[in-house]
Amino acid sequence: MSAVDPAVPRVEPYQPGFWRQNQRRLAPWLFLAPGMLMFLVYVIIPIFQSIWISFYDWDGLGEAIWIGIGNYVELLDDEAFYTSIYNNILWLLLYLLAIPAGLAIAIFLNQTVFGIRLVKSLFFFPFVISQVVVGLMFSWFYAPEFGLFYQLSEVLTGKGIAILADENLATFGIIAAGLWPQIAYCMILYLTGLNNINPEQIEAARMDGAKGWSMLWRIVVPQLRPATFIALVVTVIGALRSFDLVSIMTDGGPYGATRVLSFYMYEQALSEYGYRMGYGAAIATVLFIIMMVFISFFVVRLVTRERSG
Amino acid sequence: MFPTPIAKVSAPVRIAYKVLLPVALIIWLLPLLGVAMTSMRPGSDLTAGNYFGIPSRFAGIENYTAVFRDSPIGWYILNSFKITIPTVVGAILLSCLTGFALAIYRFRANIIVFFLFVAGNFVPFQILMIPVRDLSLRAGVYDTALGLILFHVAFQTGFCTLFMRNFISSLPFALVESARVEGVSEWKIFRHVVIPLMRPAIAALAVLVFTFVWNDYFWATVLAQGQNTMPVTAGLYSLNGQWIAAWQLVSAGSIVAALPPVLMFFLMQRHFIAGLTLGATKG
Amino acid sequence: MKPRMSLYGAALLSFALAGSAWAGELVINTDMSDPAPKEAFEAVLEGFKAENPDITVTWNEFDHEGYKSAIRNFLTADPPDVAAWYAGNRMAPFVNSGLFMDVSDVWAENGLNDTLKSASASMTIDGKKWGVPYTYYQWGVYYRKDIFEQNGIAVPKTWAEFVAACEKLKAAGITPIAIGTKALWPTGGWFDYLDLRVNGYEFHMDLTAGKIPYTDPRVKAVFEKWGELVTPGYFLENHAALDWQDAMPQIVQGKAAMYLMGNFIVAPLKEAGLTDDNLGFFQFPEITAGIPMSEDAPTDTLHIPSGAKNPEEAKKFLAYVARPDVQSSWNEILGQLPVNNQSEKPSDPFLDAGFAMLSDAYALAQFYDRDAPAEMAKAGMEGFQEFMVKPDNLDQILERLEKTRARVYK
Repeated sequence: MSAVDPAVPRVEPYQPGFWRQNQRRLAPWLFLAPGMLMFLVYVIIPIFQSIWISFYDWDGLGEAIWIGIGNYVELLDDEAFYTSIYNNILWLLLYLLAIPAGLAIAIFLNQTVFGIRLVKSLFFFPFVISQVVVGLMFSWFYAPEFGLFYQLSEVLTGKGIAILADENLATFGIIAAGLWPQIAYCMILYLTGLNNINPEQIEAARMDGAKGWSMLWRIVVPQLRPATFIALVVTVIGALRSFDLVSIMTDGGPYGATRVLSFYMYEQALSEYGYRMGYGAAIATVLFIIMMVFISFFVVRLVTRERSG
Repeated sequence: MFPTPIAKVSAPVRIAYKVLLPVALIIWLLPLLGVAMTSMRPGSDLTAGNYFGIPSRFAGIENYTAVFRDSPIGWYILNSFKITIPTVVGAILLSCLTGFALAIYRFRANIIVFFLFVAGNFVPFQILMIPVRDLSLRAGVYDTALGLILFHVAFQTGFCTLFMRNFISSLPFALVESARVEGVSEWKIFRHVVIPLMRPAIAALAVLVFTFVWNDYFWATVLAQGQNTMPVTAGLYSLNGQWIAAWQLVSAGSIVAALPPVLMFFLMQRHFIAGLTLGATKG
Repeated sequence: MKPRMSLYGAALLSFALAGSAWAGELVINTDMSDPAPKEAFEAVLEGFKAENPDITVTWNEFDHEGYKSAIRNFLTADPPDVAAWYAGNRMAPFVNSGLFMDVSDVWAENGLNDTLKSASASMTIDGKKWGVPYTYYQWGVYYRKDIFEQNGIAVPKTWAEFVAACEKLKAAGITPIAIGTKALWPTGGWFDYLDLRVNGYEFHMDLTAGKIPYTDPRVKAVFEKWGELVTPGYFLENHAALDWQDAMPQIVQGKAAMYLMGNFIVAPLKEAGLTDDNLGFFQFPEITAGIPMSEDAPTDTLHIPSGAKNPEEAKKFLAYVARPDVQSSWNEILGQLPVNNQSEKPSDPFLDAGFAMLSDAYALAQFYDRDAPAEMAKAGMEGFQEFMVKPDNLDQILERLEKTRARVYK
């Protein structure tokens, strides 16, 4: 124990008015504390833990063995990993169709006829329903022999197509199911956007003789930019997060043809035959890095927009 | 207004539009209508190959009763409520606090904290899966409603913080200023000045979080395993394994599982859409 | 103890509390969610409690499929005293990570080494016993007798006869073989039987133990035989999108004639309207002449987790379920075969046929996904499924399986 150094001024934490004086400086942290604590424990820290686990060989039961980048080396030589990435890219590209499709439906519905409010709500319906239900609905729709789609294809081509049994088509079938609610979401974004378009500009453009496509492209779409940005964010994130539909409609099959990274990770780590936590964590890390590219882009845009006004 | 209002176009186009609208709606909702129809068919129709024709008789009551009587779906729905409602309350409480902090105070780390909340909100669930599962197992909340609630509250706080912060930023800051001049404490400003103005934001978030959490399937499979905790999404999937080829039951179960968020949506439509389209008009 | 009791567990618990003094406790986790297994186990518990009124039993019942991943969680987080599982390599991960208790003493004290002899090998790892088997059932071909008769087909005894039967059925517009491979495991039955018949039991065991490369020509020979059924389209179309139950109506409606399955298919088929008159069973036919006939006969088991809080009561329970009389009545309800050789077999034409077949069997395999380790089983069955859709991909598939084998069995 050293003596108190007289040169150091004594801190007076209980000095009356300390709280009053520092309230404005401390208050934000007190307000933030509970939310940040939860978020740290359940979101931020687990990200690093996962990355750490990805350097181990661990079955989730026994001892974890450090293998360095072994899991990543194995990934490079894993066909299923490439299938998953390929499918993720398919998801991403095709999911983007939700944006123009949503815009098209929004324009179609942006009228004031009788009952349009209800029609709009019903168009939005698929988004409110759980993906489990959407997946079951589409499984039924695609079911071999009696599914509506199978029967339609039988009438049109003479031979029924069992989409989910065909390795080349199954992923498209699942993406179509995913697009259904996603289009609904984009539609509602654009409907709100259209509602807020400055009517004077439209009228002015009309005076100038703009109509149809040129009006849409030159006057309307630029005004819808904020809606498009959000539609882009939710669509890209939604595409990369796709898990529920794959799990429900095909369980990754036939023979792994519909795997995506998020599903493959779960399959390796926790499914019936999966006991590979380390390998799963490595897949999750790769997916995380891919998503970080998009996340950084979005967040930077968001923040710059915040700053500018 | 864009496109040109239908009232101002030629009569044939107007009529074509009015015909097209319901047709488009029916095509759009075809999978849903098919499932709704199937849920009212007797099982014998399905074995007889009558999948799309007129049901031989109305068996809706029978199917829906069977779903509730012969399966734990009522139990699953109860679990869903037990998970969803506390999550909504928890996430909103926490995000009112964090949103207030980030909107009202200027401090160096403000933008970084905000960035963390927003970015964390977009990460893939799989990167959290193993540690969150381990944490829940070790804390003894694995396979309990509490385990799911804690995770959902934490995760939804990210999105809700973004929402609340933007909402509070849009309030007139002068209100806070004048209260401060009068010597009102920061807590009281939060509690008595800001919170009363946040009703619309709270309502919007409540419906959104309710829908998100109700519809969650991934975490339900990772953090719950039995009938006593499983919410209806995961429960429906496991029932699907038992009801193979009994599509009338799968359909009825699906409709039942979808109903609460649908009702929520119709009752609170304005708030729901206001929440979802946050930022879609700004900028 | 977390409140994870099922309704049944709760009911049983309150019943037990009312009826007896508080002495021992026993917590049992099982996957018996299907009607017959559930009813059978309820009866077993009643019997046990009647003999041990001082033991309070809590039964947590899980969904059959969900249990397979749930067991990993509760064994580490909240182990019960008794847990249901499967024999063979399927229990190896839990044995190797020390999550199951050595129960060799239960075997020794109760003479199980004699009475449960047939399952002894599949319960042994490192020379110790890790659980007690209570039931097993045969696999084989279930077929429509009436369709066979109409088409003048006799029960095939050899591969040539089997292929000829398929050809005849196909020509008559009937799908020869029903199958649904969405859940992958039904493909394992086909691989097992083809390998057991083409190469024999020892080879099959060496293969599932990782001692033989999948690129071995003898493995390829198995797929050649398989291809004789795949290429002409003898299997049900679009099987990759179907579960095994989805394919059953094809048999019931007479659109398909045969189904290679476990005996548990009999109950749902009969429930759907088939009877002993039109539903039959035959042993998988001989392929390579002279190879003794071995069969798939998966064994279901009970284990004591090493974290059990009441190991004494658990051992008592294991000894109880090993008893011949208990196994007799249990399997009577279950419609399966008791493992104890002093037990009485339920009388049922399918079980009689199965029992006769298994008694004469040269050896018994568990099933591909129980004999091979989990990762290998998953990759293998996925390969089988791919082969059944795209037989031309065989070389690629085998190379991929070989890569997995090299990694899994380090």
